[in-house]
Amino acid sequence: MKTNQEWPLWEVFYQPGNGKPFEHAGSVHAPDAEMALQNARDTYARRNEGIAIWVVPSDQITASTPEDVGPFFDPANDKAYRHPQFYSVPRAVKKRK
Amino acid sequence: MSKKITNTKTDKELIIEILLRLADDRLIHGHRLSEWTGHGPELEEDLALANVALDMIGHAAALYRYAAVIEGNPDEDYYAYFRDDIDFKNVAMVELPKGDFAYTITRQFLFSVYSYFLYEKLIETVENEQFNGMLQKHFKEIKYHLRHSREWVLRLGDGTKESHERIQNAFDEIWMYTGELFSMDETEHTAIEKNLFVDVSELKAPWLEFVKETLEEATLSLPDDDQYMFTGSRQGRHTEHLGHLLAQMQFLRRSYPDADWK
Repeated sequence: MKTNQEWPLWEVFYQPGNGKPFEHAGSVHAPDAEMALQNARDTYARRNEGIAIWVVPSDQITASTPEDVGPFFDPANDKAYRHPQFYSVPRAVKKRK
Repeated sequence: MSKKITNTKTDKELIIEILLRLADDRLIHGHRLSEWTGHGPELEEDLALANVALDMIGHAAALYRYAAVIEGNPDEDYYAYFRDDIDFKNVAMVELPKGDFAYTITRQFLFSVYSYFLYEKLIETVENEQFNGMLQKHFKEIKYHLRHSREWVLRLGDGTKESHERIQNAFDEIWMYTGELFSMDETEHTAIEKNLFVDVSELKAPWLEFVKETLEEATLSLPDDDQYMFTGSRQGRHTEHLGHLLAQMQFLRRSYPDADWK
């Protein structure tokens, strides 16, 4: 019987520029971390997409489930004061943006 | 009977010859790597091999373009598609059939270590700005090719019994084609005087040291360096494999000279 011989899965994140947050690009198969990094480079960084790459074993990611949607995200909907648009921004700060 | 070889090449012919030697190595190697497209052991490795192939063909294209400008030839594709095997100046190592994955990786590794030391030295030496600029640009990609192939040598060597055997066989088989990388001829000696090339025989020691260290780490044995070495490719005396490769690579362009992408 054929056993599953696929390499482990890795999630790939890339940083589009200096100081920018890392973004999820996709995933690759690789036997270990160094090869995951190289495969990520060859799969997702061929067109000048970024300046840094992270690879993380997919099984190390803990994810919320669809059932968590309510408890996790609903409370945000009725607390508009959590959004900053009600505060007037001083002109000097605006200019510096 | 001895015959005095005199170099009668003009400066223009000399730089073109040097550019073509570098370019031919990269075009033919790139073509061999491109044969893996769709046949890689894993999707990711398929992409990696195709990337390296594209890099090398890109290096060749830039070198051909510059040679064409110097020669006043309007079409750099001429060098790739309309020369015969005797005109190609690549080393035999790069024209050998792609073999199995271990064989391809071994060749890539041995050639990348050589390219690394060659380009490092050329960048220090070459005074022609345009030529030097190209070398610097390509050097970054060569470093990646070296890293990728070296990591695979370690994994295949220190992997399973089968991967170890396959890559050890590959090193043993390809070794006789490594001598050519470090042999010098009249053209190269003259090119050195003009700061267009470097003494490749001096690259042998650092190359061997690097290969030796990697093989030790990969639990592989260094092939016997004191063995028969293939020579003559730089002068156009190739193995039978180059003709077959060119037949495939050049067929379309020669049969349909007016074909274009439109």
